[in-house]
Amino acid sequence: MKFSSEEILETIGMIAEDKLDIRTVTLGLSLLDCSDPDPAACALKVRNKILAKAANLSKGADFIANEYGLPIVNKRISLTPISQIVPIAEPSAFIEVAQAVDKAAAEIGVDFVGGYTAMIQKGVTSIDKAMIEAMPEVLSTTDRFCASVILATTKAGINMDGCYTMSKVIKDTAERTADRDGIGCAKLVLFCNPVEDNPFMAGGFYGAGESESSILVGVSGPGAVRRALEKLGPEADMGEVAETIKKCAFKITRAGELVGKKLAAHLGVAFGNLDLSLAPTPAEGDSVGQILETMGLAMPGAPGSTAALMMLNDAVKKGGLFASSSVGGLSGAFIPVSEDASMIEAAKAGAITLEKLEAMTSVCSVGLDMIAIPGDTSSETLAAIIADEMAIGCANNKTTAVRIIPAPNKKIGEFVHFGGLLGKAPIMPVSQVSADTFIKRGGRIPAPLQSLKN
Amino acid sequence: MGKNKKCIVVTVIGKDDIGIVAKVATAMAENSINIIDINQKILGDEIFAMTLLADRVKSDLSLPEITDKIKASIKGMSLEVTVQDTEVFQYMHRV
Repeated sequence: MKFSSEEILETIGMIAEDKLDIRTVTLGLSLLDCSDPDPAACALKVRNKILAKAANLSKGADFIANEYGLPIVNKRISLTPISQIVPIAEPSAFIEVAQAVDKAAAEIGVDFVGGYTAMIQKGVTSIDKAMIEAMPEVLSTTDRFCASVILATTKAGINMDGCYTMSKVIKDTAERTADRDGIGCAKLVLFCNPVEDNPFMAGGFYGAGESESSILVGVSGPGAVRRALEKLGPEADMGEVAETIKKCAFKITRAGELVGKKLAAHLGVAFGNLDLSLAPTPAEGDSVGQILETMGLAMPGAPGSTAALMMLNDAVKKGGLFASSSVGGLSGAFIPVSEDASMIEAAKAGAITLEKLEAMTSVCSVGLDMIAIPGDTSSETLAAIIADEMAIGCANNKTTAVRIIPAPNKKIGEFVHFGGLLGKAPIMPVSQVSADTFIKRGGRIPAPLQSLKN
Repeated sequence: MGKNKKCIVVTVIGKDDIGIVAKVATAMAENSINIIDINQKILGDEIFAMTLLADRVKSDLSLPEITDKIKASIKGMSLEVTVQDTEVFQYMHRV
């Protein structure tokens, strides 16, 4: 036979037992031709474009999933940042367009849409202001439309006014969705150095340099990596561990590339790129934290977690890059707390803290992700947490992000429950030491030096 | 793989029993699917595992329909069936 039974059974096992899946196929869609100074006309143009271009996305993805036996969990759309499309400095205009997007997505069976996005790393325009003002309303009245705001880049520095503004937006959004534990905040990501071809939500948007439309695939398989490491046993040294992760990442990436290319051809759209990210889900075994445990840490958060995560993130990228020439997006390991069974346990036990998570984000994809904190955390403290995370990305020339939920009326140790892929999280303690005066200074932290880096 | 072929891999895993190969092969023959290669083994002492390479170019059925036909042929037996286009193995296991 062309393939050995072992190879075939390995693939079957990776899918059935280790939860290897295509996390998302995301259709990147340019909205640059939908701009209109009349809000209703703009909303209609956006709606029509989504319906015209993405109508077959869901059905096509199901067809390809059946053909290759690889589950596709989510179908999503990422749009041109809406702040560049709606040329009206009125919050009501943004609400109208956002609701049109949400409705269109629901009609064609798309799970999430990204692109309620503003780029304010250097400062705000009157349009950005209106768009951000409408954000709590948009996040609390739509189900699928995800927001992101770029607060910092290595070339621009950190917009500290933006950090403060967004901390208030987060608090407002949490209050407006208090009946659902502040779930609105789970659809809002704050970025430093974002990528413009990210298929993952809530931080996906379709950047200015992208083509008219393309298929972006996000593939995930922390379970498969863990299984491969379990087989390796506790005696193997870290070089062997890294090698095993690379090989596993290679196979996962190839599966994603196959699906991406076939779906793109099926829909008659260009294949954009593949994002190989170990993205956990609350399902048992589908956990990045458990990979760290298999490496020999009693729980994620233990001393050594940063070193282990650095190796994991790097090995995933190396395996992925060899497997495909179309690797893009974030491509690394995600450590969202609420979406990972092992991270939830570690947070509950106090093994992992906000501070340790912050350190770990300096060596892996993304950042402080899906973390629940007490609802009475002040806007100033929240802004300072955001600024710290932006600083890690800014100084290290990498993407970092914050997706944090100040859960209304919840105290440390209590749980928030979001359900589905978003999972549940214990409320984690936040430092009580004040940063009020620092945050109220505002302004912009200048771009960091790119040489003499010691 | 020849241009005029549409190859699939059928995997059947589960509790060993009499006549699994015969039933699966019959279901495939009845639906114009040509078996090219079969590999069958018993893992441990009782887990039946069969991987089967076949050509479906003469069949009008879609992959989910083929899966259903094979599943129906071994209904009541404790077996899992997976049917996939061979390309997925080509991609994952060959550089």
